Amino acid sequence: MADTMQFDLVSPERKLASLQVDQVQIPGMEGDLTALPNHAPFLTTLRPGIVSAKSGSEVTEYVVTGGFAEITPAGVSVLAEEAVLRGDLSTEMVDRLAGEADTALAAAAEETRMAASQRVRDVAELRKSI
Amino acid sequence: MPSLKDLKLRIESVKSTRKITKAMQMVAAAKLRRAQEAAENARPYADQMQVVLTNLAQGVANSPSAPKLLSGTGKDETHLLVVATSERGLCGGFNSSIVRLARAHMSRLLADGKKVKILTVGKKGREQLRRDSSNLLIGHVDMSEVKRVGYANASAITKDILRQYAAGEFDVCTIFYNRFENVVTQVPTQKQLIPATFEAGDAGADSTHYEYEPDEGAILADLLPRGVAIQIFTALLENGASEQGARMSAMDNATRNAGEMIDRLTIQYNRSRQAAITTELIEIIAGAEAL
Repeated sequence: MADTMQFDLVSPERKLASLQVDQVQIPGMEGDLTALPNHAPFLTTLRPGIVSAKSGSEVTEYVVTGGFAEITPAGVSVLAEEAVLRGDLSTEMVDRLAGEADTALAAAAEETRMAASQRVRDVAELRKSI
Repeated sequence: MPSLKDLKLRIESVKSTRKITKAMQMVAAAKLRRAQEAAENARPYADQMQVVLTNLAQGVANSPSAPKLLSGTGKDETHLLVVATSERGLCGGFNSSIVRLARAHMSRLLADGKKVKILTVGKKGREQLRRDSSNLLIGHVDMSEVKRVGYANASAITKDILRQYAAGEFDVCTIFYNRFENVVTQVPTQKQLIPATFEAGDAGADSTHYEYEPDEGAILADLLPRGVAIQIFTALLENGASEQGARMSAMDNATRNAGEMIDRLTIQYNRSRQAAITTELIEIIAGAEAL
């Protein structure tokens, strides 16, 4: 059994990470989840939140604003709408996201209101991790 | 016959033109490298997205609940053409070739009695299309302030297009851009964005059965707009690289032509200088003999 798996983090503009890791924690749309090697094929969309990849005792954390993650037995690829290292997260970025989330909530139809308000909460959560 | 002074001035002016075109070629070469890098960086994301979408789409395509972006509106009445060109000229046939392809498609549609709307990205295409089809232009995206095309630009364009689609303002959307083959070849390409199309066989290699969270339909509804955005983004990046490539070869030609012109003018200059000297000598000799 493989102890590590391939982890790729790509945004439309560039590839942020491609490395071997032990486990990856992902902010899935319906709750956070942790993927270990040999995970069953799984596809989920992402909430704004933190993706953390653990390799040995080393943990790398990235902030993603949305997108989706594809998990296969061989590895995890996260396709983020936008992604930065957690240390690079700026107040401006969170402000912009909060603005977008608020507008989306204001314009949301009845059936999408839940998701939109969840997004506002997620962004607020993200603000704490600056 | 131009005088010696005129010739000298012409040579000087062509020389400075050559300097400018040479400089533009070098700038374009540097920008091309950056544009190519950007296009390559975007590729993993676009490829992955394509694979996932193809997988998903095959599962949902035939069910009646398929999103409208995938199945279309069921009509084929109004076509939206997104024509992506450059903001600056001096890049050879780059803009004309895109506009020519778009015009051919447009006249075919109009001949079939369809309605056509045009959204232009980049100033040059708009200028060309405004001449004969200004009544079809519904919008323009100004990219002159944008130094480096980012995903945000593509995503803004996508939002606008999707809003119009949701409002039922068009049924089919096609984008026109130049695909970057290499520095000397750029292929004008058209690609249908809406309803989404997938190349068959793409998914063949990777038809694993995934578990989905949330369910397939919801994921697909979430991903399709992103799929459109990433396609527009790819098109814009390819276009950017093509533009620089086209400019580079156009400027290379111009530099070479200027060089040839300088050679020709220099020969002409030397000949007339010699002729003038000969005439002067003959005059002196003839004058001496007359004494």
